[in-house]
Formats: sequence, structure tokens, C-alpha cells
Amino acid sequence: MFIKDYISDVYKAVRSLLTGMKTTGKYFIHPGEIITQQYPENRDQLHLPERFRGEVVMIHDENNEHACTGCTACELACPNATIKIITKFDISPEGKKKKALDTFIYHLELCTMCNLCIQACPTDAIKMAQNFEHSVYDRSKLTKKLNQPGSKIKEGVE
Amino acid sequence: MFSLEGLTNSLQQWLAANFSAGWVLVIESIIVILLAIALFAVLGLILVLMERKVAAHMQIRLGPNRVGPQGMFQTTADTLKLIMKEGLTPDGADKFLFNLAPFVVMIVAMLLLAPIAFAKNFQIWDINIGVLFVSAVSSISVIGILMAGYSSNNKYSLLGAMRSGAQIVSYELSAGLSIISIVVLTGSLQLSDIVASQQNGWWLFKGHIPALIAFVIFIIAVTAETNRAPFDMAEAESELTAGFHTEYSGMKFALFFLAEYINIFIVCAIGATLFLGGWMPLHFGNLQGFNHLMDYIPSSIWFFGKVFFLIFLIMWFRWTFPRLRIDQLLNLEWKYLLPISMLNLLVITIMAIMGWHF
Amino acid sequence: MYTETQIIKSGAPASIAGALDGTGELVINVGPQHPATHGVLHLVITLNGETIRKIEPHLGYIHRSIEKMCESLSYRQFIYVTSRMDYLSSHINNHACALTVEKGLQLEIPPRAQVIRVLMDELTRVASHELWWGAMAMDLGAFTPFFYAFRERETITDIMEETCGARLTMNYICPGGVNYDIHPNFQRRVKDFIQLFKSKIHEYDELVTGNIIFQNRMKGVGTLSREDAISFGCTGPVARGSGVSSDIRKLFPYEIYDKLNFEEITETAGDSFARYMVRIREMHQSISIIEQLIDNIPEGDFQAKTKAVLKLPKGEFYSRVETARGELGVYIVSEGGTTPYRIKFRSPGFSNLSALDHMARGSKLGDLVAMMGTLDLVIPDIDR
Repeated sequence: MFIKDYISDVYKAVRSLLTGMKTTGKYFIHPGEIITQQYPENRDQLHLPERFRGEVVMIHDENNEHACTGCTACELACPNATIKIITKFDISPEGKKKKALDTFIYHLELCTMCNLCIQACPTDAIKMAQNFEHSVYDRSKLTKKLNQPGSKIKEGVE
Repeated sequence: MFSLEGLTNSLQQWLAANFSAGWVLVIESIIVILLAIALFAVLGLILVLMERKVAAHMQIRLGPNRVGPQGMFQTTADTLKLIMKEGLTPDGADKFLFNLAPFVVMIVAMLLLAPIAFAKNFQIWDINIGVLFVSAVSSISVIGILMAGYSSNNKYSLLGAMRSGAQIVSYELSAGLSIISIVVLTGSLQLSDIVASQQNGWWLFKGHIPALIAFVIFIIAVTAETNRAPFDMAEAESELTAGFHTEYSGMKFALFFLAEYINIFIVCAIGATLFLGGWMPLHFGNLQGFNHLMDYIPSSIWFFGKVFFLIFLIMWFRWTFPRLRIDQLLNLEWKYLLPISMLNLLVITIMAIMGWHF
Repeated sequence: MYTETQIIKSGAPASIAGALDGTGELVINVGPQHPATHGVLHLVITLNGETIRKIEPHLGYIHRSIEKMCESLSYRQFIYVTSRMDYLSSHINNHACALTVEKGLQLEIPPRAQVIRVLMDELTRVASHELWWGAMAMDLGAFTPFFYAFRERETITDIMEETCGARLTMNYICPGGVNYDIHPNFQRRVKDFIQLFKSKIHEYDELVTGNIIFQNRMKGVGTLSREDAISFGCTGPVARGSGVSSDIRKLFPYEIYDKLNFEEITETAGDSFARYMVRIREMHQSISIIEQLIDNIPEGDFQAKTKAVLKLPKGEFYSRVETARGELGVYIVSEGGTTPYRIKFRSPGFSNLSALDHMARGSKLGDLVAMMGTLDLVIPDIDR
């Protein structure tokens, strides 16, 4: 009886090991199953979904106009103090003073891509870009100014 | 037909014609030393690359493919990196033993190269107790590992070395018994005789099931002896970070690393010699046509083909199985492998006496 | 009694000093940087040879004071921080926070949002268990399963990326529902994933579950009795492996879990293998939940109407969910303002880790990785 158990133990053990080897062996002889993506080379085919949150960018149209009113809703919504908005006062043609965006400072190094600023924005001035290659050699390059030089607010955006 | 035998013979004749007998020996020794070192370097590079490629393909990856075509020079680049790294000796270590240990391991691996027949009549030293020499010398490598673990002044290293000691000493038994079973069949300890005895078929086929069992036990035992997964208790990176070579860096680490692969090559070479006929082509008793066809393939290719097949088998184990625990490892040896191989040896002895093998 | 320097001078390296002081005990530090701890857990282990005498976990290496941080964040903002606790079930963490806030606000969640949340929860659970399976097998020395597990997990993270916009810290849930509707491809891709999962799951059994070495490493190792599991406060698969019924989805159903047809998996052995089997079988249950829901996502809003600034009434709110690791409780004390007065997370990993010393005593050092593997520790979850 003992001998029978012993032999069946050995048999079962060897069989379980061979089953495992069959699985790995199957993949060894099927190179088609390889799932490696060769990253820098496949940049062209790399498809990032449109909802992917890479970094905050400000939308500028062809006239170099944006929709940011400098209301600081995004600054308040941000949990990490990633966004700092500096406002100025424009003088409208009628001679009225009007609050406007001077500089939209975005600290990429603090950002966690939580999307709360985009949801908070009342004028859809900012959006998330599908870019994930953020590494730079100098930390100061991560502090970005989002409104382009010379840009101004779109007509009709309040 | 290409043959390494012709090469050695013509060299021997040329040297004998031009130099005195003493000088011939010296020059031949130097050539052998250079060849051995070159073989080491090449084997190290090839085997590490092979391991990484085999692992990658089993793990549905590509493996190294950036340095050179298909990543051919990856291991060369790695070696260069290791050479340039600082070889640290930890504070409080036994400096002499610490620096000696990698060389002990390496020298053992080099010594084991001596009796191996790489091709027909292409052998460094056809010693008449070849098999005994191999099992005797291979057991020295544990001393190097124990030295490394003891002298590193690191508890992980110590644990790894102690595990390794227990493991190698135990598994030597069943590896030895499997080797003896072939010695019993052949009636000789000389490796060239063992190869010659497989002229009409390899022992794996001629020896019926007992030889197969001996072969399986041999493969398991040598996997354990070379500290390869699933028996890599001495390294066990998830338990002991890197085991006995935790504190080694730079080229000293590379020596351990290289010695591991050389040891695999050597045990596989021994396995191929004993069970798969060494450089002997695949022969079946009286199929003359087939046997002649097989003879056209050079003997060195036969030898290396068999060795690399066994190495692949051992790599296959490594990338499939989880690691055993130290007590299970010893259980496996003392409760399963040793009794089975003893019984198997008995059967083989009876078989040899009665002449039941082919 | 020798000091270490004396022993060095006398020739023996200091590493064996412990063995020389008469107790035969060797104290080793596993971590904070160690391959088996999967993070910065520091275990001070007292060994006698290979046998573990005592394990003392030292925590705090990745303490980021998330609870304190949350006190200065608004009820919309603090949810995203909780993704960083148990990063493998970040979606479920967010869910727990949202549930607590909704409890305070007494919000009614649209049925579509509820179904989407549950679907995402279960996908996260499968992804987490996949990673656990691979990492645990890697701890035990088998590397290959890790890659097979990641192949399947990758499809889930792709689905997450497409719908939620991120792969790991999704931040998809907001108080009142979910941030945006599911992606048009979502249903198709989830069905593809289910098909892939079902075609590959047998490999898991071939490679790991049925393997004799693996079974020997797991069976009878790290046994935790039912009573101990309860007294250590273990939850999740750890408790269920010991036969304790602790699935919050069954005991205190939230969202639509009471309408779903699934089993609570329990095993009675209490050893590492039981915990392993619980998780493997839970994956199948999660897949069955996803199958039930994927074609039945009701039409409607994905988000309830909420005010721009959320204010919880004065009081205390607690809600709990079942994460991949066990019970996550979120406890909010509100003074009526826009930020919580005090917040406390009851994380599953912390209680599960506390049982480690008890279950490891007397076993071998090699068993420790099996135990830690099946406890499925995520260190940021323990430290917060």
C-alpha cells in the first residue's frame, strides 16, 4: 500500500511538472504570442485614447485666441496647487477695466492628472493632452506657461 | 569532412617535428590554457544570452534586442559594464576569503573541463578515472560558495551559503549514483571508453527504463548542484536578495555568474557524455544507411548539440517552476531521489550482469 | 558576551555574532528594500537557523499622511488622493469615498452610474488579483506567471485608459456618479477581455495551481485559524481563506450588489493555499458579475445633479466597500464645512499584516514569502 502511494505520488508530481513545462514550451515555440511593444520605434503606431490624461494644455485657435477669463476656478479646484493664475486688468474700448488672464502657470511636476481643473473650467479653456513623454533634464522646464505669448481672449467669452 | 581530430594531430606532428619533447608539452599546455579561457569567455557570453532569450520567449517577451543584431552583443556590453564597476569589499568582511572565493568557484569549473571529450579524440586529458575526477572536483565548488557566504559579513550570504552547503552535499549522492549506473553498464571510468561503448546506441536508449530514470535523476540532481531554479536556494532572490553573492560586485560577481553558467555547461556535457553518447552520432544497432548518414555530421556538432539541448532543458525548468523550500529540497533528495536511484542502480547492476541491455 | 568588533578581531565575521551569543538567534532585516516586500515594508525577523521565531513589521517608510491631507481638501478633491493608498484597487478606494460623501449628502445615484461603478470595481478586482497572482508566483521563484498575468491585466488597464483616462489612478468616480460616460468601445472591449480571460485562465492552473512544488510551498503554510482571523481583524480573501464570511458585497451590500447573482468564496483550510484559491475563484466570480452587467447597463444619467461646492452636514459618516484586499472603511467627521474635519481610512492591508507574525512563527524563512504573497500586501495601503 505504501509503495503504491509512493509511486502514485511520484507519478502525479511528475505529471504536474510536465503540464507546467508544456505551457511554457508552447509559448516558446509560438513566437506569434509575444506581446512586447518596442516603444520608441512604435511611436507612430502608438494610439492613445482621446480621454487619456497626459498634461493640461490651453486651447488656442488659429487667431492665437484662448477662452480663459482668468476666473481661477481651476486654481481652486486643483488639489495640489498645480495651477497659478496671474491676472491683469484690460481696458476695454469703452474705457472699462476688465479682469483678464496675464499668465497661466502650470506646474507639471505637481500635477497628478486628476482632471478636476478641466471639469471646473466654465469656458472649456483648458483640456488634457494625450502626451506622456514629460521627462526633461531640468526641473525648471516642468513649470510651464500655458497661454501662448501674445494670445488674447476670444470675443464673446465671459 | 571537417574534424577537430585532424587539427590536433597535425598540430602535434608539427610541434614534435620542430621542438624538443619538453617544449612540446609546454606549448601544448599554453594552447590548452588559452583555449580553455577562450571557451569560458565565449560560453559565458553565449549561455547568458541564450538564457535571456529562452526566458524571454517563454515569457512572451522579445528579450534583449538592442545591442547588435538580435541583441547578440548584449552580454558583451554587460560584461564590459561589470568590468568597469568597482569591486567592493564590505566592511568587516574576511578580506582574504572574500576575494578568494570567486576564484575557487571559477578554478573548480575550469578543472572540470579537463576530462570532457568535445569531439572525436579532442579531449584535454583522457584520464582513466574521468568520471571519478568529475564527481570529486565538482564537490569542491561548495567550498567556494561557503567561503563567499561566510566571509561576506552578511546574514543573507551566510544563510545562502549554509543552504547551498546542505543542498550540494545531498544532491551529490544521487548525481553520483546516476553516474555510477552508467559506469556499471560500461565497466569503465574513462570518459572516452564510455563514449566508445555507445557506438551502437546511446545508453539512454540501450539501458531501457532504468537508464531513463537514472537520466532524469541526474538532470534533477545536477540542476540542484549548480544552484539553478527550482533549486536556487542559495540565491533565492525573493528570500535572501542574492544569497551567497549578495555582497559581491563588479568582476567578482561576474566570476560567480560566469561560473554558474560554466558549471551548467559542464554538467550538461557530462550528462551528454554519459547518457547521450557524447560526440557519438545517433546510431541504431544495425541500420547501416542511417548510421552512415549520421556520421556525416561532425562529432563536435553532435556533442554541442546534445549539450545545448540539455542546457535548454535546465533553462526550461528554471523558467517554469517555482522554487522549493529548503526542507522540501532535502526531502526530495533523501526521500525520493536517493531511494529511487539506489533501487535503480540495483536494477541496472542486475541488468548489466545478465546482459539484458542492448 | 562579545561585542561585534571583538568578534571581528577574533577572526569570525560579525554576521555570525548572533549565533555566538548563546541564544542561537539571528536577527535579519527584510526590507525596507527587499525583493519580497513589494515596497518599503521593513520586517525585523528573528531567526533560529531557518526557522522564524518572531517577525516585527516596521512601518512608516511610505507614510504620506493622506488622512491629514484630506482634511484640507474639499469633498471633490480628496477622492483622488485615495487612489494612492491601495494603488491596485484605486477605483474601489475612490468608490468608498464617494459612497461616504453621498451618504452625507443623501444623494440618489442614477442606476447607470451604479452599474458603471460596479463594473469598474469588478474589473479593478480582476486586475488586482491578476497582478497578485503574478507577483506571488514570482515571490515563490516562478518568474513566467508574472508575464502571463500582466498580459491579461494589460487589457484591463487598456479598457480603463480608454474610459477613465488613466491606467492606474483612474479618478473616475465623483460624488454623485462617475465623471464621464463609458466609452463607446467599452462594452465590446470588456467582452473581448472576458473571452481572452476565459481562454487563458486554464494556463494559470497548469502553470501554478496544479504544480506540485507550488502546492507543497502553499499547503499547510501560514495557517490562520478562524478565531485568529477574526481577532486580528483580517478581512477580504485572508479572512475568507480561514472560513470567515466577510464579503462586504454580501454582508452590507452597496450599489447594486444585492441584485447581483454571485457567490461569496470561502475556504476552510486557512493556509496559504486556501487564500490562493479564494482569490482565483473570486476572479471567476468577478468575471461572472461583469458578464451579468455588461449587456444590461441602463440608459440614463451617469451623474446625479450636485452643487458645485459640496458641504456635508455636521455629523459622522462611515461606509465600507470590499476592495481586492478586504474591507476598506471610510470614516468622515464633518463640522458642516466644505472640508472634512477628520477622516480615517480603515485599510485592509494593515489588519492583514498584523496577522503575519502569528502565522509565521515556527515556519521556515522560505515560507515567509508564501505568506506575504498570499496576504497580498500593498504597502502604501498599510502606511497611507
